[in-house]
Amino acid sequence: MSTQEIALTPAAEISLPLTARLHDLVLTVDHKKLGLMYIGTALVFFALSGLMAFTIRMQLLVPNNAVLPPDVFNRFFTMHGTTMVFFVGMPIIAGLMNYLVPLMIGARDMAFPRLNAFGYWMTLFGGALLYFSYLAAPGLAGAGSAPDVGWFAYAPLTGRAFSRGSSTDFWILGLLVSGIGSSASALNVIATIVTLRCKGMTFMRMPLFVWMVLIVSGMILLAMPPLSAAQVMLLLDRFLGAHFFDTQAGGSAVLWQHFFWLFGHPEVYILMIPAFASASEIIPVFSRKPIFGYPAMVAATMLIGLISVGVWAHHMFSIGMTAMSNTFFVASTLLVGVPTGIKIFNWLGTLYGGQIRFELPMLFCLGFLFQFLIAGLTGVMLGAAPFNWQLTDSYFVVAHFHYTLVGGFLFMMFAAIYYWYPKATGRMLSKNLGLWHFWLFLIGFHLTFDPQHIAGILGMPRRIYTYDPGRSWEIYNMISSVGALFQAAGVACLVINLLRSLRHGTIAGNDPWDAWTLEWSTTSPPPEYNFEILPEVRSRRPLWDLKHPEDPDWKYE
Amino acid sequence: MSLNWLWLIIKNALQRRGGTSLCLAVVAMLEASAAYAEVPTVTNIFKPLSTPAESIYQNASLVLSICAAIFLVVGGLLAYTIIRFRRRPEDESREPPQVYGSNQIELAWTVIPVLIVLVITLATTRTIYDVQGALPPPDTVNVTVVGHQWWWEIRYPDLGIVTANELHVPVTESGIRRPTFLKLESADVAHSFWVPQLAGKIDLIPNRRNQMWIEPTQPGTYVGNCAEYCGMQHARMLLRVIAHTPEDFERWVAAQKQPPVDDPQLRAGRDVFFSTSCINCHAIKQTRANGQFGPDLTHLMSRETLGSGVVPNTVENLRAWVRDPQHIKPGALMPNMQLSDGELNQMVAYLSSLK
Repeated sequence: MSTQEIALTPAAEISLPLTARLHDLVLTVDHKKLGLMYIGTALVFFALSGLMAFTIRMQLLVPNNAVLPPDVFNRFFTMHGTTMVFFVGMPIIAGLMNYLVPLMIGARDMAFPRLNAFGYWMTLFGGALLYFSYLAAPGLAGAGSAPDVGWFAYAPLTGRAFSRGSSTDFWILGLLVSGIGSSASALNVIATIVTLRCKGMTFMRMPLFVWMVLIVSGMILLAMPPLSAAQVMLLLDRFLGAHFFDTQAGGSAVLWQHFFWLFGHPEVYILMIPAFASASEIIPVFSRKPIFGYPAMVAATMLIGLISVGVWAHHMFSIGMTAMSNTFFVASTLLVGVPTGIKIFNWLGTLYGGQIRFELPMLFCLGFLFQFLIAGLTGVMLGAAPFNWQLTDSYFVVAHFHYTLVGGFLFMMFAAIYYWYPKATGRMLSKNLGLWHFWLFLIGFHLTFDPQHIAGILGMPRRIYTYDPGRSWEIYNMISSVGALFQAAGVACLVINLLRSLRHGTIAGNDPWDAWTLEWSTTSPPPEYNFEILPEVRSRRPLWDLKHPEDPDWKYE
Repeated sequence: MSLNWLWLIIKNALQRRGGTSLCLAVVAMLEASAAYAEVPTVTNIFKPLSTPAESIYQNASLVLSICAAIFLVVGGLLAYTIIRFRRRPEDESREPPQVYGSNQIELAWTVIPVLIVLVITLATTRTIYDVQGALPPPDTVNVTVVGHQWWWEIRYPDLGIVTANELHVPVTESGIRRPTFLKLESADVAHSFWVPQLAGKIDLIPNRRNQMWIEPTQPGTYVGNCAEYCGMQHARMLLRVIAHTPEDFERWVAAQKQPPVDDPQLRAGRDVFFSTSCINCHAIKQTRANGQFGPDLTHLMSRETLGSGVVPNTVENLRAWVRDPQHIKPGALMPNMQLSDGELNQMVAYLSSLK
């Protein structure tokens, strides 16, 4: 590989005609281009699925509203959930891993560059297949299109008897295909980290980001098969008359739920751990201190990975399990809180005694810390089975997981974008626009999701396309919908910033944040071969050692 | 936990600050929503009026308090740290002391959470067994609830009563326990039975038999919803539990056990009903209408709503519903029967006699 790659400097590339550049994107096996393509794809799907969420909120603005008819509403929340998890969350973390892992471990590319490209294209085709349903598939009601069975696709609503037409088939196939992509990408990350670390980089000297995505990749390999298997079984049900989930022929609806959540719960951590990984890079740099308790962070991540495969049935407390099973899943679920708590405390320990710089990445990180703390605590409430019997499938759950995935995951992805954009493009994002983005989105986020906790406590169920007045839900829904406007405005600032700064941002230089990991030692953007000379490291913070020869880290580690 | 109480605090705080127009607008909004709260359709999980809901509420209060305390401590520490250790101008030239960690501190913030987890788990286990392990006392009412897209079939096997969407039960009063034990089944897809003031939710899953129980302690109407996404009209699958005093409950039972009204003057409407395919789906006791797909109509007019809570059960709404259910509840499985106006009037006259 590396012999052919001396060809293009970034400056020469821009001068190429558009078609040649597009052609290059199709053929490329460069981890950085693929990484950015993953992230770009994720952002396009994010805008699409964000618009759906916005329309959903407009429908729920007032009782008995008629912005969306029920069937369209049901398709929107199905597509919103499916897209956000599989075609925003998964590609954006795949993009970050692909872009950053080789740079952070001092390698020239991923272990399997072609597999890397294969993974990306499978993800994109999976997404395209899912959205093709809008053109090709009749839905539940027999007319119109797109999957409308919820992102969790509970049996037997997905059976032939209740989901006529082919919209559910598009859902199955789109996810199956993208699942292959995710698995390929996970496999590649593991192989890369295990085999391509530069000289001196032992496992315990890897940046925490690398450690965490290594664990995430292992989790992806464990979590995807149950989903893929269940989807194949569902295809067999739908096309070949198998009866795995066909309750009218003795199949089991609960079996689907077990399969789905055996994937679905680890999936939450698959998304969250890369967010933790980014926080573990950004918080130290902007506190000017090394991460507090590196070994504890590694151990906590491993524990989260381990425990997260044993908690899935906490999504199923209301299916009528025995008291014994309920008790088991309460205990295992609450136990996840311990390593998660350890992480929050270690970030706190990192901040403590530091010199906190309120740059954009750090602002999003601090928002993440508070919001993730709340998400974790509402998670404890949901983890207590009796409380869960009241809260599950209510708006409280909607609030809880949006706190996790928007307040936690998305805030960290924004932080990561502000942090690594200068590395990827060579230019800084505008701080001014970034501050608009941060404050608008922060206000919008809280306006939208804080009141949903109360709506849930007041008995508002999820996935309802409308509601009657007189159950004291109106005010919360109205605030929630107004918040969506703020969020949309915030995201618009981000999009403008991303595009505008490509040309007009100030030049970043190699190391704009005065950071310590290897990706900041090469040029911005890095050359195709990443490092002219492969680096050698003696500690977890090689650039600290360079900048502080009088007090290097390797003396203490 | 009362929200009205929260309102009052917020309202007073806002008013004392001497109200800009924004404050006044907020107060007006709060008052508007407080007014809604006075409508008797309370579905607040923190206002339990039934034994299992009360057990859940107590456990929930404990968990909520612990979580709130953790939030105050950790959130407070976080806020303090961020403010205390913000970068100052004099920091420009130097880095802070580089601290790598501390095993003692790691141990402390591992052990304390483990203890908290232990406390919550033990308390929660007790509530799980209290609710799930309860045995029916002798005067228990047994009911089978069958979920359908998008309505509730309610059967009293011991009493021979079949009705829909409204579950009538006795209250537990002056120490005489009259809980209702529900067997939960589904005729099609998964649904979930949720009346927040009475109990947590349990799903109705086809090919599986679940059970739960309620024990209201005050007479009244309790509102709930289907809480598991079940297709197009999931939002319009409302549920009512009407809790009677024991005497009223006996009266209701006696009325439901009456044979259907058969008024000879309404023969024309009856004939329309029995000569169209209505009877394939609907049952009227002691007639040849014995369909199982739709709600039993023997005492149709004794119910408060039509279409599982979509509209109040009035003669006008009944007429509109029979003329075109799709107009009122798009996607409902009852088709438009294409009746002429004359047939419609006769049929509605007959149906509205089924008291």
